[in-house]
Amino acid sequence: MAQFRLPKNSVVGVGKTYPAPSGAKDVRSFRIYRFDPESGQNPRYDTYEVDMATCGPMVLDALIKIKNEIDPTLTFRRSCREGICGSCAMNIDGVNTLACTRATEDVKGTVKIFPLPHMPVIKDLVPDLTNFYAQYASVKPWLQTRTPAPPDRERLQSKEDQEKIDRPAACILCACCSTSCPSYWWNGDRYLGPAALLAAYRWIVDTRDEATGERLDALEDPFKLYRCHTIMNCTEACPKDLNPAKAIAEIKKKMAERRH
Amino acid sequence: MSLRSPVGRVLGLGAAGEGVGHWWTQRVTSVALVLLGLWFVFALIALPDRSYETVTAWMHAPFNAVMLSLLVGTAVYHSQLGVEVVVEDYVSDHAAKIVTLLALKFIHIVLGALGIFSVLRVAFGSAA
Repeated sequence: MAQFRLPKNSVVGVGKTYPAPSGAKDVRSFRIYRFDPESGQNPRYDTYEVDMATCGPMVLDALIKIKNEIDPTLTFRRSCREGICGSCAMNIDGVNTLACTRATEDVKGTVKIFPLPHMPVIKDLVPDLTNFYAQYASVKPWLQTRTPAPPDRERLQSKEDQEKIDRPAACILCACCSTSCPSYWWNGDRYLGPAALLAAYRWIVDTRDEATGERLDALEDPFKLYRCHTIMNCTEACPKDLNPAKAIAEIKKKMAERRH
Repeated sequence: MSLRSPVGRVLGLGAAGEGVGHWWTQRVTSVALVLLGLWFVFALIALPDRSYETVTAWMHAPFNAVMLSLLVGTAVYHSQLGVEVVVEDYVSDHAAKIVTLLALKFIHIVLGALGIFSVLRVAFGSAA
């Protein structure tokens, strides 16, 4: 059966609280999921009180401040801090999003931070995305053609045709969508998930690509594609405002179209 | 522990080459159910009363008997398609999944046959 409860060794306990320095006026609490596989202990929540007067506006700023000034053992991924690398995807206040584009002041009360849901946790806020990346690779996210490229220039494409792939190509592979999808939670080993399917769609509608049929063939499967039940969590979660749910619906339409 | 590569695991046994038929049929049967359901409700409302005699007499009309049989058959078919998806979603053990899917298929076929037989029995029975 799908697993609805945490296994015993994953049940989260209460950890330490790190109080704000005395004299801090604008204090916010950050309750953060902590897990260290080498400790042999269950995960725990640690609470950090941060003086916002000396902290940047985004949740990532607070995480960096905590790591630099309060607890250097806190582990998380981050790189660009401007919403283009997708590294700092995590679950903040119950929503999958990027810590670098989520303002702390938009969260009410204690800021609760978890790793992306239903993924194996490597440490603290770092999920294991091996399977996610393999699913992306499995849709062959590159141009496939039979016609050789013109010797003197690039393959041409009209402006309207480019517009079809503008949005889907803007995906940063942060995994916010796939890890927000219940179908992906229950069947993530076989269902490709919204991110990989959005990538597949990006190449299916690319007019320069000549493997459309093979791409559809590779997706025509009750599990790889049809586990999507239009729950729409993916579109709701996407920090880049993309629409993976619509892309999946378009793939399903193309599947039906080629039968009639 | 398997040393198979992550991409090898994801590609697995490849695409089954089906799913689109199931998806399309589920949508077609739901449209059919809307039409048949509307017919059923309005036909019942149009009857002078809902007594046993009136309704069985109404079911004697060939058109009504055929439509009722279609309603039962389509509803059972649609339900079978839907329940199948629920089982595939939540039952991950392969053997348990196959057994549950087969059991549900048999139950639906029995329910459909019972329903249609009941309609026909009334339709072909002596007038009340």
